[in-house]
Amino acid sequence: MGRKGFISRLRSQMPLQMMVWPGIVFMIIFCYLPIYGLSVAFKHYTVVDTFQSAPWVRFENFKIAFADKFFWDSVGNTLAISFLKLLIGFPLPILLAVLISELPSGRFKKTVQTISYLPHFLSWVVLGGMVINWLSTTGIFPAMLKSLGVVGKPVNYLVQPDKYWLIAVLSDVWKEAGWNTILYLAVITSINPTYYEAARIDGAGKLRQIWSITLPLMRRIIALTFTLTIGGLLGSNLDQTLVLMNAINRPKAEVINSYVFNIGLAQGDFSYATAVGLAISIVSLILVLSTNALTRRLNDKESIF
Amino acid sequence: MMIMQRRKRSIIHENRLFNTINVMLMLLLTLLIAYPVWNLIVSSFSDARHLTEGGITLYPKGFTLENYRAVFRDTTIWRAFGISIAKTVLGVLTHVFFCSMVAFAMSKRYLIGRKLYSTIGIITMFFGGGMVPTYLLYRQLGLLNNFWVYILPQLFSYYDMIILMNFFRDIPVSLEESAVIDGAGTWQVFLRIVLPLSLPVLATIALFNGVFQWNDYMTARMFVNREELYPVQMKLYEIIVQSQTTLMSNPSAGAVLPTTTRSIQLATIVLTALPIVLVYPFLQKYFVKGMTLGAVKE
Repeated sequence: MGRKGFISRLRSQMPLQMMVWPGIVFMIIFCYLPIYGLSVAFKHYTVVDTFQSAPWVRFENFKIAFADKFFWDSVGNTLAISFLKLLIGFPLPILLAVLISELPSGRFKKTVQTISYLPHFLSWVVLGGMVINWLSTTGIFPAMLKSLGVVGKPVNYLVQPDKYWLIAVLSDVWKEAGWNTILYLAVITSINPTYYEAARIDGAGKLRQIWSITLPLMRRIIALTFTLTIGGLLGSNLDQTLVLMNAINRPKAEVINSYVFNIGLAQGDFSYATAVGLAISIVSLILVLSTNALTRRLNDKESIF
Repeated sequence: MMIMQRRKRSIIHENRLFNTINVMLMLLLTLLIAYPVWNLIVSSFSDARHLTEGGITLYPKGFTLENYRAVFRDTTIWRAFGISIAKTVLGVLTHVFFCSMVAFAMSKRYLIGRKLYSTIGIITMFFGGGMVPTYLLYRQLGLLNNFWVYILPQLFSYYDMIILMNFFRDIPVSLEESAVIDGAGTWQVFLRIVLPLSLPVLATIALFNGVFQWNDYMTARMFVNREELYPVQMKLYEIIVQSQTTLMSNPSAGAVLPTTTRSIQLATIVLTALPIVLVYPFLQKYFVKGMTLGAVKE
């Protein structure tokens, strides 16, 4: 096709092009400029600077970060909370999805689903406020422990630093476990029912059917969600942390994102905070790629990317 | 034959046991989620004295509407609700329109430069600048302490664009062609034919974006410190942080007053969550569809 053909073709689809370009301009401004702004991590950027005017300092900010005790504390807290979330929050939705799918369809099943999805729609401010109230000395949680005879005097667990990890993990699981069943349920309902019929004729009970049909057929979706979860291990939940963290539990509650937030946005040490953020994203990327390689090897060479 | 039959009977027995235990587990699950929420709601209708004493379980103690009256006496909360409603309505409308506009053009396979555009878009789904560069950008753009910080950065999402584009592609070309023969231009085809035929997918995108807009407090926390621009979530955040601080300095503060920071906090929590909790059960199927839609198309 000649040059003239190209130009007249372009001219004839000008209205369409005018519809796409705003989107491209949007992405250049709101997605690519911040990526370019990551160069701040290699600069000494002060409040009066622009992206261009700050002087280069190479890896200075990274060196400071790796020598910073508070940075490593936040990494430790993030890893601990994320691994606990992985341990409880990853298998639970799979189990719940299997159990929900085994309920006879009807009003009860619908109600279980509606109620278990609901917490996902509460914001972390709302849920954080709820958690603070449940855990306060006059809330339901200490009352429940007391009636079970576990503790005598009610205490506020949010001002006990060593309880924070558990609170963060359990509140997150409470919020998301139900909602996270949706993908698994979609996969389970797409399983061909003749598999189950054949198994029944062969004399397999429910547990046997779950173990030999349902779970093996969920393998791919589980590998997918697992890879994504690993990629998010270092991406701590800022919404949750900013609500539940207080002056007393801070040593156990400060995670990487809240550290970046406090250093960067609250204290204005932009270059240092960007360096921390960038270092963490690079490690996360390596984690995703290696998990993907690993699950591919385990899963008959089926990778998600 | 006997063995077979015994085996069959034991399996029926096993399945019955499984079903019973399963139903009981699911009842426990719903209780674990519903009871704490219910307890919080009844607490918000209890008076300050009983709240300080504790022991509220299934019904309000010292029933009162004073907590809610106290919240509504605070004009800054009215304002915050106004900001939340404005940012949700405006944010959803502009987001859905902007994404659909781009998606309509991108759904045409003959669009020149489509490969380049989609490469530009896909990269944004995997890489980002993170918190601080974004903050610095908004500062240079004058978006700090500006209502538009809730709207402009949320105008477009490549992920939502893909979902819309895939839906638009399934609309029969003949419908558009006959409109073009009748003299309709590109925009008329988009507005009069494609959008009206895409209501289910538009609703799904709008719902997810609406929940995000209503629940979002991080944007305000990061980029806004003028109180008159706070959405209700940010207002609630402030109330919670304040009451945490007073609680730590003086745990029994205000026990004799008609309302305490705690009772106001409870009422605000309920009011902030209310719109979504009321609307969600009726729209559940759209949310579920949206979840699986995005995952399958990836």
